[in-house]
Amino acid sequence: MKEIYLDNNATTKVDERVFEEMRPYFCELYGNPSSMHFFGGQVQKKVDEARARVAALLGAQPDEIVFTACGTESDNAAIRSALEVFPEKRHVITSRVEHPAVLTQCRNLTKRGYRVTELNVDGAGRLDLKELAAAVDDDTAIVSLMYANNETGVVFPIEEAAAIVKAKGAIFHTDAVQAVGKIPLNMAQSGIDMLSLSGHKLHAPKGVGVLYVRRGTPFRPMLVGGHQERGRRAGTENTASIIAMGKACELAQRHMDEESGRVRQLRDRLERELSAVIPNTRINGGGAERLPNTLSIAMEFVEGEGILLLLSDKGICASSGSACTSGSLEPSHVLRAMGVPFTCAHGSIRFSLSRFTTEAEIDSVIKELPPIIARLREMSPFGREFLKK
Amino acid sequence: MWDYTDKVKEHFLNPRNVGEIVDADSVGEVGSLACGDALKLFIKLDENKERIVDAKFQTFGCGSAIASSSALTEMVKGKTLDEALEITNQQIADFLGGLPEEKMHCSVMGQEALEVAIAKYRGVEVAVHDHDHVQGEGEIVCKCFGLTDVFLKKVIASNKLHTAEQVTHFTKAGGACGGCIPKIKDLIAEVMGEEKKKPAAERPAKLTNLKKMQLIQETLENEVRPQLWADGGDLELIDIDGSTVQVAFRKACAGCASSGYTAKFVEQKLRELVAEDIVVQEVQG
Repeated sequence: MKEIYLDNNATTKVDERVFEEMRPYFCELYGNPSSMHFFGGQVQKKVDEARARVAALLGAQPDEIVFTACGTESDNAAIRSALEVFPEKRHVITSRVEHPAVLTQCRNLTKRGYRVTELNVDGAGRLDLKELAAAVDDDTAIVSLMYANNETGVVFPIEEAAAIVKAKGAIFHTDAVQAVGKIPLNMAQSGIDMLSLSGHKLHAPKGVGVLYVRRGTPFRPMLVGGHQERGRRAGTENTASIIAMGKACELAQRHMDEESGRVRQLRDRLERELSAVIPNTRINGGGAERLPNTLSIAMEFVEGEGILLLLSDKGICASSGSACTSGSLEPSHVLRAMGVPFTCAHGSIRFSLSRFTTEAEIDSVIKELPPIIARLREMSPFGREFLKK
Repeated sequence: MWDYTDKVKEHFLNPRNVGEIVDADSVGEVGSLACGDALKLFIKLDENKERIVDAKFQTFGCGSAIASSSALTEMVKGKTLDEALEITNQQIADFLGGLPEEKMHCSVMGQEALEVAIAKYRGVEVAVHDHDHVQGEGEIVCKCFGLTDVFLKKVIASNKLHTAEQVTHFTKAGGACGGCIPKIKDLIAEVMGEEKKKPAAERPAKLTNLKKMQLIQETLENEVRPQLWADGGDLELIDIDGSTVQVAFRKACAGCASSGYTAKFVEQKLRELVAEDIVVQEVQG
C-alpha cells in the first residue's frame, strides 16, 4: 500500500537532494572539522556553507547559528541560558499551548521556586498581547512563545510580542520549529533574541536542530567541553546532518512561494470540502492566522483514534489531538486551552501537508474520510442520537 | 503506534454485534462524551429469562474500546446471567490476545457495562459513574472521571494492581489532573493490607538450609516487593549465602538515595519472618 503522508508537522520526508548532499560525509568525507589536516578542513568548509545557508533562510548572520541535536535541545538550551544569565530574575513567561519541549521545562521550574506565567489563548487559539504586557516585569528572565502551533497551525504575533518583552529587558525566545520553511522569517528586522528550529520538520533528517542566538545576546552553554560552535554547544559536530540541514534550508527558501501558494490551496480545498460533506465539524483555529499547511478539524461524537486507525487502513497518515492516541487520558492541552467543546475535542484530526503533497492525495482523503466518520457515528451512542435528530 | 494484536485490529475493523436491540431485556450504559469513551450494551434473554441469547453494543471510544465491546458481546452469548457476571476484564483482554496496559480501562468498561445491565435487570442498584454523575455506594476519589473508592478497590483487588500508574491504565483514575494519586496509593496499600491479613506468617523455630532459602524467597515475594512496588520500585534476589542475602534494587529503588534505608527495611522483614541472623547486602547486578 502506498502511503498518503499528511503528518508533516510530526516529521517530513528527507528530500532526495538533501540526502545526496549529506551522503559523502559518512564513508568518504568523514573527517573531523576541528582537525588541522586537509581531510578535516574540507568538511569544515561544508559546515560553514551549511551555516551560511541556514542564516540566509532566517535573514541572520552565520555566526548567530548554533547547531544542536534537535528542536527540543534548542528550546532547553535557550531557556536554561537565560536563567543563568539573569540569576536574580525568578519569573518566566510562556503560553498554555506550547510544545512540551518548552512547557515541561517551564513547569519543572516552578518546583525550583520560579514564578511561571502561562498565557491564555482564546477560542481560535490567539494570544492576547495585553495579557503579555501585563505579565512581563523586571523580574522576568525570559519569555518563550511559539511562532506557530504544531497542532492547529495558529501563528502568534511574535514580532509584537518580542517588542513588548524587549522593552522590559527580558530575553525573548521563540520555538519556530513549525514556522521555519513554511512562512518567511527575517531576523535582520526582528526583535527575537533566540529562535529554535528542527531539521526533520523541513525535509532534513532527524537528529539535527538549530538555535539562533542574536549577536549581543548573552548566552551560557548547556553542553560544555570542546570549543565547537564557538563554545556555545560543545561536542563533535554531526557533520552529515548539519550539511543536510544547510541544503534543506536552501531548498526551503526556494520553495517558500509554493508553500504559501500551492500547498495553501490544497489545504484550503481539503478544509472546504470536508466541512461541506461532513456535518457537525469545526476548524480548530479557523478564525486565526494559520500556517499554510495545517488543518485541524474536529468532528463531533467520534473519537480520534478510531478515525486514525480507519484512515491508516486506507494508507492515509494523519494525527489526532485525542487522548487515546497519545496514551494520556485527556484531549490535547492545546485544544483544552482553546476551550474546544468536549463533544468534539476527542474527535479532532490534524492533516499537515508538505511540498510533496499532491492533488490526488487530497482527493483521496476527501473521498475516504466522510464514510469513516459516518461509520463511527453510527457505532457511537452519541452519534446515533445525533443522526436521529 | 499502539501494539494492538491482530485480534484487536480484526475486531475493530469488523466489529461484531454493533447496533441496538429494540426489545432488549436490559441496557447497561457507562462512560460519557466528556470522559472520552462510553459504552451502551443491550442484552436479550431467552424465553425462560435464564440465558443471554443476543447482545449488541454502541461504543464511543478508541480502537481498543470498540474491539473490547465487540469481544464482550461475543463472550456473553449463551451464558446465564450468573455465568456472565463471572466474566472479568482480564478475560475480555485475553479474548483479544491481550491489550496494551494503557488500554486496559477499555476492558474494564466492558465488564462494568455488563455488570450494570445485569444489575438493572435484577433491580439492584449499582455504582455508575461518569463525568457528571456518581450514583451508588462509595466515596468519590477521582473527581475528573467520577470514580469511587469502592469501584477502584474492586479493580485493584481483582487485577492485583500494585502501582498508581497501573490503576490509571485500568480505570483512568488519576489520569487527568493527577490530584487523587496519593489517595490511590492509599487504596492500594489498603487492598494489600487486606490481602496480607489472610495468611498470617509466623517465624518457624528451626530451619534447614533449603527451607530457609524458600522462606526468604517467599518473604521477598509476598511481604517486601509489594511494598516497594507501591513506591514504583522493585528488587531482585541475587544470591543467598548462609545468612547473607544479596539483593539488587530495580526501577525507582535503583540508585535511589535512600536505598540504604530500603535495604535495612528488607533486612528487618527477613529477620522478623525468617531468621534473626540474616544480613542483607545490596549488590549491583
